[in-house]
Amino acid sequence: MTADLIFYALALLTLVPAFWVVNSRNIVHAGFNLLFTLLGVAGLFAWLGADFLAVTQLMVYVGGVLVLVLFTVMMTRVPRAEGSGGGAARYLAPGVLALGVFALLFKVSSGTQWAVVETGEPLPTTAIIGANFMTNYIFPFEYVSLVLLVALIGAAILIREPKGISGDGDSEAGDAEVQS
Amino acid sequence: MEILTDLIRSWFGPDKMSDQAVFITVASTMATIMFIVMALCALIFTWAERKVAGFIQSRYGPMRTGRWHGWAQAVADMLKILGKEDIIPAEANRFFFSFAPILVLLGSLLAWAAIPWSPGFVSADLDLGLFYIFAVSSLVIVGLLMAGWSSNNKWALYGAARGAAQMISYEIPLALACIPVVMYTGSLNTTDIVIAQQGGMLNWFVFRNPFLFVAFIMYFIASIAETNRGPFDMPETESELVAGYHTEYTGMRFAFFFLSEYANLFLVSLIAAMVFLGGWWAPIPGLDFAPALTFIIKGVLMVLLNMWVRWTLPRVRVDQLMHLCWKVMIPISLICVVGAGIWMMLSGQAGA
Repeated sequence: MTADLIFYALALLTLVPAFWVVNSRNIVHAGFNLLFTLLGVAGLFAWLGADFLAVTQLMVYVGGVLVLVLFTVMMTRVPRAEGSGGGAARYLAPGVLALGVFALLFKVSSGTQWAVVETGEPLPTTAIIGANFMTNYIFPFEYVSLVLLVALIGAAILIREPKGISGDGDSEAGDAEVQS
Repeated sequence: MEILTDLIRSWFGPDKMSDQAVFITVASTMATIMFIVMALCALIFTWAERKVAGFIQSRYGPMRTGRWHGWAQAVADMLKILGKEDIIPAEANRFFFSFAPILVLLGSLLAWAAIPWSPGFVSADLDLGLFYIFAVSSLVIVGLLMAGWSSNNKWALYGAARGAAQMISYEIPLALACIPVVMYTGSLNTTDIVIAQQGGMLNWFVFRNPFLFVAFIMYFIASIAETNRGPFDMPETESELVAGYHTEYTGMRFAFFFLSEYANLFLVSLIAAMVFLGGWWAPIPGLDFAPALTFIIKGVLMVLLNMWVRWTLPRVRVDQLMHLCWKVMIPISLICVVGAGIWMMLSGQAGA
């Protein structure tokens, strides 16, 4: 009973701000509403006993992605997005698409025979996840690290000053001295 | 936590309350205690900060309020701030302007849950305690951005942008510096980290090997930047930005920012004491008669060190700040991680 209440509270915390993320006229409001949605998702993970996933969600999405989104959005200075015209017609195609995807997902999830496991008390998952990363899933793990390294080097090269134009005498700013 | 659970069970009779009710009672009691401790710390540290600043600058600091060395100055300041009018600027965004201080304080307060005060006395004995502390601290960053943006004031926005940039950058060396310790312990649980340092000063993680000592220094520098203090107080430089992200705040909402600032200061000092300085273990084995007191004394000493640095060093520039983080501290922290790993392997401590 209490568990159901917690679930519905978290679902509400996820869905109501999500609505405003999509429908807000002000793009910065959309960004801030995203915070509540991400917190709700983290709460859902924690509620399902996935403690590591919940904290990672907070760390990566709230601490990283959301802050970057807010930064870029604040810098762009678009006070109010103008309606791009078209009236009700422009809702038609996305609406049909969204309904189609929803129907498909609903059919799949209600038609599948889910394997139900009785777990009782949720157990800590960190050690299991860590061990799996270093043994069974070492290749995908290293592969993702490589992709991130490439992204880091790419970002450093993109912001590098062109040769010959020195900033404030800090010449080492030009070196592609990327660490990872 | 267990002590409190048993206490509440014995008060209300063994089977009168359901497990959930007991859990909720214990959790809310712990939250209240933590909040009171946090508010008291903020009170004492504001006074201490002014006295330390005075001492360093060869003056007295507050002397009048109360009798002895102006001890009541912080109480008087608190009462004054509680009585102030709560002003919301006409052009500000009301909802986010009101919500930002709550978010900032929430981020600081949540992190306190995983601090192990003494054996068995920790609000939330989480399996990934240290990771949790760093994760919930990121709420503070979003709170800063929210405060700066919703104030509709250019100084506030600049302050928030600087603060957020600084905090997400310095979070990396801060977390990286703690990784060697996690490698040694084999656990992210805060209690386990303290227990692994049992047996005198030489077993504290700072003195285990040279890489950990360097990691501790990296942690200390990053923690100053993380709390927006000392030579890294770019988000609130009063000579250029008035007061940074809380320029427009008054009264209780300003107090929330203030409280969060000092709570964060004590939090990072307690984490330093917990991760590197042996937590509740006394420097000499056998003197562990007051674990919680030992832990708090270590935390307070770290706070004083922090204040010393703040009032001694001049402020750095923004570009120097970023240079220091990305090109100096992150590489050194990474070397510490690798070096500590190699040291563990060679000294046969790996796989613990």
